[in-house]
Amino acid sequence: MMEPYHNNSFPNSKSFLKAGLVFLMSALFFGLVAALQYVLPGIGKEVFSFEKLRPLHVSSAVFWILMTAMGTVLTFLQEIKPFPNTTHRLVKIQFYLFEISFVSILVSYCFGVFGGREYWEFHPIFSIPIVIGWGIFLVNFLTNNKTLKNQPVYVWMWTTGVVFFLFTYIESNLWLIPGIGNRLIQDMTIQWKSYGSMVGAWNMLIYGSSIYLMDKIAGNQKYSQSNMAFGLYFLGLFNLMFNWGHHIYTLPTASYTHIIAYGVSMTELFILGRIIYLWRKSLTFDRKHKHIQAYWFLYAADIWVFINLGLAIAMSIPALNLYMHGTHIIVAHTMGTTIGINTMLLLSFAYDVLGKKQAEIKISTNFKTAFLVTNISLSLFFISLIIAGVLKSYWQFNNPDSSYTLMLNTLRPYFYVFFVSGLSLVFGFMLLIIPLFKSK
Amino acid sequence: MSTYPWKLSVFLSLIVLFLLYSAVLYCREYKEVLPADVLAQDGKMIWQQKNCVSCHQLYGLGGHLGPDLTNVYGKKGEPYIKAFLQSGTTVMPNYHLTENEMQALISFLKYTSSTGISDPNSFTKHNDGTISQ
Ligand code: HEC
Ligand code: HEM
Repeated sequence: MMEPYHNNSFPNSKSFLKAGLVFLMSALFFGLVAALQYVLPGIGKEVFSFEKLRPLHVSSAVFWILMTAMGTVLTFLQEIKPFPNTTHRLVKIQFYLFEISFVSILVSYCFGVFGGREYWEFHPIFSIPIVIGWGIFLVNFLTNNKTLKNQPVYVWMWTTGVVFFLFTYIESNLWLIPGIGNRLIQDMTIQWKSYGSMVGAWNMLIYGSSIYLMDKIAGNQKYSQSNMAFGLYFLGLFNLMFNWGHHIYTLPTASYTHIIAYGVSMTELFILGRIIYLWRKSLTFDRKHKHIQAYWFLYAADIWVFINLGLAIAMSIPALNLYMHGTHIIVAHTMGTTIGINTMLLLSFAYDVLGKKQAEIKISTNFKTAFLVTNISLSLFFISLIIAGVLKSYWQFNNPDSSYTLMLNTLRPYFYVFFVSGLSLVFGFMLLIIPLFKSK
Repeated sequence: MSTYPWKLSVFLSLIVLFLLYSAVLYCREYKEVLPADVLAQDGKMIWQQKNCVSCHQLYGLGGHLGPDLTNVYGKKGEPYIKAFLQSGTTVMPNYHLTENEMQALISFLKYTSSTGISDPNSFTKHNDGTISQ
């Protein structure tokens, strides 16, 4: 039996969450400024053009995800079993390594220093502290979890996430070896192999934590020890390892990577089917827990999982992927998942760890308003990108030789919706984030 | 009965399969294309250092503010590319590139164009959902 729901505080892991929230604010700010280029092309380009804004935005978002995921796992680990003193010291070193390298990366972008790889657009030198920092995280994790025997599913998931992130992150740097970097097709194959699995790895950290939190709210470990939980975990692991080929269906690489990805991705239909089957159970707002703010975010994430998983499965069918690849449908999907699923879940952890103790919580109208504003804006944001993507896709198939700029101009109305809903999304998020800084 | 041995064996088998798959992909001969020549390699480095991929795509992967450039060399040729590199556009910065840098970038785009065709129109769709070129 677990203890009934409670909040706990561990100062060293709290710093990860607070730093994470600052990166989230940075992501929101730069996202808006970057989106301005879509509505007012070329504005302020001499000072900050898109090749700086995009990495400032995307890296801040990735740093928000990584910082908060690490902080959450470290906190929950300590709730399960206290850390020895040496680990506390190592956690501090881990924190400073990441904090300093992430901030330096953002500064380096402002000066126009790039490594120019998609998503990880910083100079490869920064990979050294990142790999060392993650190595320390691995040591800290293993010190507290020496075996998988009899462990609930979330410990398996965390273990997978910690190990696979390190592996795939190193893999994403293999292009530095000339024999690989000089062959575009091999380079891009390995690049997207690593990215696909890397996202799977951080999702293992995040989903694992959400299962832990659900257990904590429910006050028992019924789910996390169940065969269904393990079945789904292994399905997730299988997909993490082998489904990444769906990012590169049009890349002329070994064709078996495409076939394997197609086949493996379709196994996700099982998860989708299960959600529909359990519709009422998994997607019903459980009134029992309505006083727990963290629960609201878990609930929102459930709905976004459903929408994005549906889209992801469609995208994994090569013949459909052809229509979506390289369009804003992909941007809708990427932001739909990183905001709708990852950010919602990470906020639920942030509320759990940084929020007030349960006894003091009253769900305020402010919280409800902010929560609704965020989710409604996100829906509009998502839909506007999908429409822009569909229209771009139409252009790709029918007028590919006409001017790109003219095509983007015709999409302008949808970009206005994208920008305005982005603005209210930022507003909603700020209302949710600011109270967290007031807590001790 | 403990399910641990069962879980552990599934886990380890997946890991072994994953490592094998990775090793095959690292070591496989990518016969589809020759490696880039020295000038194109320099071009690739400049492409990365200037972060062209934040706006442009190769094989549909990258940012979305500018067009896919995989086959721009094959379709539009060197003078056209050079014009863009020399002055930029409303959105694209003028990088004030030297003649050598421009030649290297053009050589890189010539190389990317030789590796395949990224246009989705060039694929045939099959009833089982697969595609071929
Ligand atoms: C801030 C965004 C941005 C960046 C960064 C950028 N470009 Fe562009 N680029 C554009 C836009 C927008 C166009 C205009 C497309 C049109 O209207 O046809 C363009 C057009 C081009 C074209 C002509 C393509 C065609 O098919 O018409 C080439 C070639 C090109 N860019 C190369 C580069 C290279 C090389 C770099 C890096 C050194 C780069 N660009 C960086 C935005 C950018
Ligand atoms: C928590 C909030 C957010 C997260 C986690 C997030 C994450 C991301 C990610 C991962 C990408 C890369 C997409 C891809 O390559 O497919 C991206 C791109 C982008 N995001 Fe966001 N985003 C957030 C909020 C916003 C907001 C509020 C705006 C403002 C309207 C915005 C505007 C953009 C723009 C303009 C791009 C670039 C699209 C392109 O490639 O042209 N984002 N974001």
